[in-house]
Amino acid sequence: METLIQQFINGLVIGSVYALIALGYTMVYGILGLINFAHGDVLMVGALVALQTMMFLMGIAPGMSPLVMLAIALAVAMVICMLLGFTMERLAYRRLRNAPRLAPLITAIGVSFLLQTLAMIIWGRNYHTFPQLIPTTPLQPIPGVFVTPVQITIVVVSALLMSGLLLLVNRTRIGRAMRATAENHRVASLMGVDTNAVIALTFVIGAALAAVAGVMFASNYGIAHYGMGFMPGLKAFTAAVLGGIGNLGGAMLGGVVLGLVESFGAGYIEHLTFGFLNSSYQDIFAFIILGLVLIFRPTGLLGERVSDRA
Amino acid sequence: MKRTVVAVALMSIGLTTAHAQEMVVKLGGAAPLTGNQSHLGKDLENGTRLAIEEANAKGITIGGKKVKFELVGEDDQADPRTGTTVAQRLVDAGVKGVIGHLNSGTSIPASRIYDQAGIPQVSPASTNPKLTLQNFSGVFRTIANDVQQGTGLGKYATGALGAKRVAIIDDRTAYGQGLADETAKAVKETGGEVVAREFTTDKATDFNAILTKIRATNPEVIFYGGMDAQAGPMLRQMKQLGISAKFLTGDGGCSPEMIKLAGDGMSSNAYCSMPGLPLEKMPGGADFRERYKKRFNADVQVYSPYAYDAAMAIITAMQKADSVEPAKYLPELKKSNFPGVIGNVSFDANGDIKEGAVTIYNFKDGAWAPL
Repeated sequence: METLIQQFINGLVIGSVYALIALGYTMVYGILGLINFAHGDVLMVGALVALQTMMFLMGIAPGMSPLVMLAIALAVAMVICMLLGFTMERLAYRRLRNAPRLAPLITAIGVSFLLQTLAMIIWGRNYHTFPQLIPTTPLQPIPGVFVTPVQITIVVVSALLMSGLLLLVNRTRIGRAMRATAENHRVASLMGVDTNAVIALTFVIGAALAAVAGVMFASNYGIAHYGMGFMPGLKAFTAAVLGGIGNLGGAMLGGVVLGLVESFGAGYIEHLTFGFLNSSYQDIFAFIILGLVLIFRPTGLLGERVSDRA
Repeated sequence: MKRTVVAVALMSIGLTTAHAQEMVVKLGGAAPLTGNQSHLGKDLENGTRLAIEEANAKGITIGGKKVKFELVGEDDQADPRTGTTVAQRLVDAGVKGVIGHLNSGTSIPASRIYDQAGIPQVSPASTNPKLTLQNFSGVFRTIANDVQQGTGLGKYATGALGAKRVAIIDDRTAYGQGLADETAKAVKETGGEVVAREFTTDKATDFNAILTKIRATNPEVIFYGGMDAQAGPMLRQMKQLGISAKFLTGDGGCSPEMIKLAGDGMSSNAYCSMPGLPLEKMPGGADFRERYKKRFNADVQVYSPYAYDAAMAIITAMQKADSVEPAKYLPELKKSNFPGVIGNVSFDANGDIKEGAVTIYNFKDGAWAPL
């Protein structure tokens, strides 16, 4: 029983991170129909900028409270990533908005490589130890079940950010402009919506969420590296597709479901298949679920109106 | 009369320049220089580079010509496919010998290409036994193989650590899997039980799911076959999941980097093994560390002494054969017998280093301490 609960917690934590990253994919897709493959690398930039900021702060003010330091580092990382998101959209994607669909996709892959290479030049090839400013000493809410404060923070922060985003999109003027642009950006601009600004804003918000995800990811595992964005990016993209790409609620659901499937898959696949499959099929298990969902619900768990845009 | 003098003078200038002209000999170096093992790959390449630069500084003459060795370094990205592409590129560049690759998964497929081109390959880091068992005459390694290492690790788990229940994880690479299999075999042979056999990848950072599963089987020792980039976070996660089992890993996790990456997960419960002797116990270790530090302003990670000796083995064989042609110096390479940084360098019939010792390390006072 402890094992079952522990696997649930493992899945929930990693799933929350996936969900947060998946939001960035899904927002951009919802509005532009573009899969921004560089999104995972924005996460990496966020984590490394935060690391750099922490190092700097430790140098000039060694006595600073860890939480204040983390907050400043996070703020700096978010600002840099927002600038990065804005620049990416302005330089790489805006010119290609009316180009054939493959062109921006390939550009996105190119931007991803560019960011990784730049990060490798700036921060070097080595793995960096990421200061774990939120305590990682495990608590035992139930005997035999371990949760660290950093894991709790991840789940809580993700939930708060996601609710905030939902409110922003569904309840505010800006959100209405975003939804209108997603519906049809030419018509939206005829209605007086500054679609360029809305699209830029979408990238900026997505990048800020990625920065938060990056800092949390690095805080949880205690490492940062120029290639760290690739796997979570890929998984989050999968989560976005699983939940129904273009749908915010779907991205959140998809992220959490994917996290849980991975965790339970690795934990129980051997029992479920009587030893025929083992944890080396962990990822395959996640993709089998994705395949099954897409067979029966081609637009994902909560997806709708996607086929007409694809 | 005047004219002849000028002609003679010109001729002599021509002759002297011909004499002074160096023969450039290319040696190939292949290791992951990007990706998450690049710190180990760079260390390996630095070892080779140091050997080549020192040989050049000494001024070696082969076949009556002054030789200038040149390193052609390639990035195999720790990827088998890239490994073969890179191998072909080195062959096309006309290298006379190859020092590399780092991973068994790249060394093994690449060895076929070097063999077909007749170019000797000395790996300073690939420990999978298969590498030297392919009946290729020009494949060598300066590091003990996984049979030697895995047997040592398995026996250590059941013997000195007194474990009856051992859980084994590997990263599904040729190296990780090979080492884990040999360790599992030795554990069983020495009366231990393998209570869990789990798998991850060499790109993973989250091991909570498999560790939770392992926790339920209550092992006394958890063994990981893989590299430090995974072993470090794995140790942290063990602590976060309240697992108090001892942690044992092979040479891939036996680096200073590992200690940094494991952070507060590191404790006296962590053990690792290294083929060969610790740097401070290597006959040329202390001196090597200084020269390395001076040249690269970095610490020796793991494989640079082995790479240094691998390059030296090739250079020494060329000197003895008085030829840089692979076919001519290969017999001398097989007969290698010289005191290197790591100890005496000589190969058995397969091309494995003779007397490949294995040392177990324990984490103590912030560093790996040999036991």
